[in-house]
Amino acid sequence: MRVSADALGWTAGPRAIVQGVTLEVAPGETLGVVGPNGSGKSTLLRLVAGLLPRATGEVRLDGVPLAALSRREIARRIALVEQQADTAEALSVRDAVELGRTPWLSALAPFGAADAAIVEEAMAAIGISAFAGRPWATLSGGERQRTHIARALAQRPRLLLLDEPTNHLDIHHQLSLLRLVSRLPVTVIVALHDLNQAMGCDRLAVMEGGRLAACGPPAEVLTPARLAAIFRVGATPLRDPADDATQFRFHCLQE
Amino acid sequence: MSIAATHGLRARSLVGRGAAGVAVLLVAVLAGVVIGETPLPFSTVAAVFANNLWNAGHPVDPIEAGIIWNYRLPRTLVAAACGAGLALSGVVLQALIRNALADPYLLGVSAGASTGAVAVTIMGVGGGLVGISAGAFGGATLAFLLVVALARAAGGGPAQLVLAGIAGSQLFNALTSFFIAKTANAEQARGIMFWLLGNLSGVRWPDVSLAVPVALAGFIVCLWHMRSMDAFSFGADSAAALGIPVRRVQAVLIGATTLMTASMVSLVGSIGFVGLVIPHATRFLTGPRHGALVPAVALAGPVFLIAADVVSRVLIPGQVVPIGVVTALVGAPGFALILIRNRRRL
Ligand SMILES: Nc1ncnc2c1ncn2[C@@H]1O[C@H](COP(=O)(O)OP(=O)(O)OP(=O)(O)O)[C@@H](O)[C@H]1O
Ligand SMILES: [Mg+2]
Repeated sequence: MRVSADALGWTAGPRAIVQGVTLEVAPGETLGVVGPNGSGKSTLLRLVAGLLPRATGEVRLDGVPLAALSRREIARRIALVEQQADTAEALSVRDAVELGRTPWLSALAPFGAADAAIVEEAMAAIGISAFAGRPWATLSGGERQRTHIARALAQRPRLLLLDEPTNHLDIHHQLSLLRLVSRLPVTVIVALHDLNQAMGCDRLAVMEGGRLAACGPPAEVLTPARLAAIFRVGATPLRDPADDATQFRFHCLQE
Repeated sequence: MSIAATHGLRARSLVGRGAAGVAVLLVAVLAGVVIGETPLPFSTVAAVFANNLWNAGHPVDPIEAGIIWNYRLPRTLVAAACGAGLALSGVVLQALIRNALADPYLLGVSAGASTGAVAVTIMGVGGGLVGISAGAFGGATLAFLLVVALARAAGGGPAQLVLAGIAGSQLFNALTSFFIAKTANAEQARGIMFWLLGNLSGVRWPDVSLAVPVALAGFIVCLWHMRSMDAFSFGADSAAALGIPVRRVQAVLIGATTLMTASMVSLVGSIGFVGLVIPHATRFLTGPRHGALVPAVALAGPVFLIAADVVSRVLIPGQVVPIGVVTALVGAPGFALILIRNRRRL
């Protein structure tokens, strides 16, 4: 699905949290969003999902303005995995993943065999089938995170918004998640902190103080100068001889 | 077994369970009619039912017939409706506010309804144009809005909500007492105080025609929104991201809750703890999903309140204990259990 964001903005009181962000994401593309803490990554994702009141600018999905769609229609197109979402309910993993079917169900279309199959498939894809019956309170941070991602997959979206999805995940699950996401035939916008992981995205958007500082292919966007200016780190690019990929080694800038 | 076959079974067992639920409810109502200070044999009850339902013309003592048909049956039906209404209100509030301690009584909604009802009854607010139930609805809505606004202003956590609920309950109970002191004579005051504790003695058929439709409508609204309530598990934003029109659902569900609570309070006074203890106890059996929880609570609430009413009638011979006292005697320890179970979450 093609996503176009035009002059997105959101203010909290007098403070502009996100300002004038204009983006275009091609169908099937994976766009990484990077930036320091508080630079507006999560807010940008929530703006794209149409979740913030009093937002300015416009989001279009395949040319259709978000404002023209009902919440249910939006949820059939967009799934969001938030940075943190917890519950005190004694839901099981399967219960939580089944929530992803919500926008597809109604009184006339109750949860059926097809939905159950989609839920099983989502849990298998993310490797959580083994503990499908475990209650939420007993899950580790990474298991919760993966459950949220499986829930988003079960939603069968055409745009997947992931806010730091590799949080809490061990290295194996980080890598397999990123590989899974990049292979999905859906458009993905993913906020990431690990800049080396971000190098694997098709394009990167760099946020700074609520504005879009740069957007383009990772190698062009993450220049040592920009890393120093925005992320306040020095970076030495290293080349992996196996596949000629670039990785950074970071170090503190001396003031 | 294939998944499709499993779902066929699920649908069939759903109908089976629905029928079983209705059967349990009927038995409970029957028990509520049979058991009482004057024990009446089941055969008499059956004869009176047959006479009234299809003019069977069985010979029965007119006094016994009166007790059964005009006194015990409406009373039991209203108890059932109140049980369902209050327990479902608790389910809705706990789901939407995401707080284990949310319930119409603790949040001051019942107190607000009492104030509204008293204002209309004895102060003549509305000049006779507003019914008691409408007054209760106004008071309940006002109390809920006040409590939620106060909780938000105080930071919006679970503890803040409970504290705001206490403040709201105190305020509205004080207002009620003030209205009574200002306007009512001693006789009226006694009657009202008794009613405030929860009292089904005065219930007659016209009350049934308010309580039962309201409870049924509330049940249907809750069933209709069972998936929405599930979607609130991870918060309102998460519900919105799952396609729930959050504002509309909140308005409809809170409106239904307020209406149920207000109607029940206007009929029988404020009965505590049902909205808190019944949903939590039921969750032990059904789990947290509202598809199972809502029907189970709509069954457990009535059964509990019918039982409480029976106990209130037979506990002290020759005297009726207010039903609110009975529910509190069971509810307070239940509440303590919930507090202990939730100790890490609050
Ligand atoms: N509802 C709100 N009201 C006021 N300020 C807010 C609100 N939401 C976010 N902010 C502020 O907006 C800024 C951007 O927040 P956001 O969560 O988008 O940052 P982020 O880039 O996702 O940060 P992180 O890397 O820490 O996740 C922060 O300074 C935050 O304090
Ligand atoms: Mg963030």
